[in-house]
Amino acid sequence: MSPLLLCGRNVEGLSTFEVAENDMQTDTAKVEIQPNHVEDEKPWKEFMRAFIRHRSALIGSIIILLLILIAILAPVLTSYEYSARSDDLNQAPSAEHWFGTDEMGRDVFTRVIYGARISLWVGFFAVTGSIVFGSFLGLIAGFYGGWRDTIISRFFDILLAFPGILLAIAIVTILGPGLNNALIAIAIINIPTFGRLMRSSVLRVKEEDFILAARAIGMKNSRILFHHILPNCWTPIMVQGTLSFATAVIEAAALGFLGLGAQPPEPEWGTMLSDSRPFIQTAPWTMIFPGLAIMLTVLGFNLLGDGLRDIFDPRMKQ
Amino acid sequence: MEKQTQQTPLLKVHDLVKTFPIRGGLFGKKVGEVRAVDQVSFDVYQGETLGLVGESGCGKSTTGRTILRLYEPTSGEVEFEGKSLLKLSQEEMRQARRDLQMVFQDPFASLNPRKKISDILEEPLIVHGIGNDKERKEQVLELLQVVGLDKHHASRYPHQFSGGQRQRIGIARALSTKPKLIVADEPVSALDVSIQSQVLNLMEDLQEQFGLTYIFIAHDLSVVKHISDRVGVMYLGRMVELADRDELYDNPLHPYTQALLSAVPIPDPEAKRERIILQGDVPSPENPPQGCAFHPRCPYVMDVCKKERPAFVDKGNRHFVACHLIQ
Repeated sequence: MSPLLLCGRNVEGLSTFEVAENDMQTDTAKVEIQPNHVEDEKPWKEFMRAFIRHRSALIGSIIILLLILIAILAPVLTSYEYSARSDDLNQAPSAEHWFGTDEMGRDVFTRVIYGARISLWVGFFAVTGSIVFGSFLGLIAGFYGGWRDTIISRFFDILLAFPGILLAIAIVTILGPGLNNALIAIAIINIPTFGRLMRSSVLRVKEEDFILAARAIGMKNSRILFHHILPNCWTPIMVQGTLSFATAVIEAAALGFLGLGAQPPEPEWGTMLSDSRPFIQTAPWTMIFPGLAIMLTVLGFNLLGDGLRDIFDPRMKQ
Repeated sequence: MEKQTQQTPLLKVHDLVKTFPIRGGLFGKKVGEVRAVDQVSFDVYQGETLGLVGESGCGKSTTGRTILRLYEPTSGEVEFEGKSLLKLSQEEMRQARRDLQMVFQDPFASLNPRKKISDILEEPLIVHGIGNDKERKEQVLELLQVVGLDKHHASRYPHQFSGGQRQRIGIARALSTKPKLIVADEPVSALDVSIQSQVLNLMEDLQEQFGLTYIFIAHDLSVVKHISDRVGVMYLGRMVELADRDELYDNPLHPYTQALLSAVPIPDPEAKRERIILQGDVPSPENPPQGCAFHPRCPYVMDVCKKERPAFVDKGNRHFVACHLIQ
């Protein structure tokens, strides 16, 4: 007799047994093992717990939240206009002007907090733009392969062949200086990053059994792509998106510094740094505070991005 | 478990071939090919379970997937209910999948980790436009009960289940469109022995309840013996023997089948039996031997085996075998 035949064959009995066991588990769980009881936990709850436990992710997100608050509440936080001049030129920080004034007598604190609006705006839309276009191209390249993959991948290679900031300068030169053109340039130079990331994720996910199962069920390609492949490719994109936000802020500042980004009197941090160059020794506050603002923003997004990477890394999960 | 089998077959597979190209070199040129499925022919009758056995890499799974056109066949013919599946357009094939479902080997990889069980089970219904929203939700709950899971499992995610429970979900998904044929690709190989029997019994009960036809792919001979009505033995991409279950296990004709069956452990420490130990390894399917694929390892090899490929013919009693020894 085969060993299999020795086992009981009572499917009905089995299911009632399983249900009873589950009920028992929930009962005991209430009493003692609540924290380890993950039976009905939703994935996002799991994520939130890991997130709060991860120190740098938490610090990063606090910095970012503060920045967003400051950007939104800028008019409330200061009594000055960011472009209003006064006769107090290059004054040191005081109770009246917390961060001092610049060479045109404008309040540096006001300009720095209004600058947060510009930097976050540029960062957000540039990164969103690169994610949308990059992911779309990567998705097509990875899923369909063949000539589409060849064309798209070579396009990425061409973009990557130039140093990012140089390419951005070239694009802005063609489009003309200005904040929106700088934003477009930053979005374009970041496309290959997301495109390649998405392509490699798609190549990995499309070999999974559940994709074969989706095909066996009779799903259309479009449904497989958007319901099964895409949702399983977001994690690295989210991590990279956070990290790229930081680079986008630096790139926007760099373009501003070179006079290709935001135009005066817009309170862009890079432009402010550029304007403060002649006064580094006489009025260092005009340089220190915008510089600190850039540093803090970049730090916040990098901390969050590194944290997210750790949290999403399956090897970190216990 | 005798079933009425003297009728037109539900599925006819004739001379099915699937080769995979091997690419190499600087420009990915085709440098060779693997013949994963090599002229396999068999019929599957309504309501029966056809077991396919063989070692790893012998092409059982590829056969199953090629029948369902998850891999496009290189040549051959697959007829389902008298209609050729291979002549269907992509869209026609997609619709035909309603009647042809599959259960996968790995219960962990075959469920999308980001979807709830209710979504996983509802999706085939949405894809084939079955029922309205409310009817589908009801059917999902019904399916869960049919496979021995509970209603409250519907809102959970795959990682919250054990292997056996996940395989039940996989079976429920395959059942959802009320298919006629299910290709079960090693559905219990990844499960513990105690869970294996539960899943096998579930599959048998469902077969009775819904009049299902199974192609059951496995490498475990006792599992196949337990569930199959007929059994096909594959070696190196070829079907070497196909017969009714009892006939095959009691009277194996092909030397490979004999060796394979002698490897089944007997649950009796006193029992003595002669084991046939095959020499050498399975040859590479990239470069299969001339003539009979089994001849380099066959204890009864003759000259003709090295030159001519034996035909796969009925030796009486619906016992097909491809061997020069049996004439």
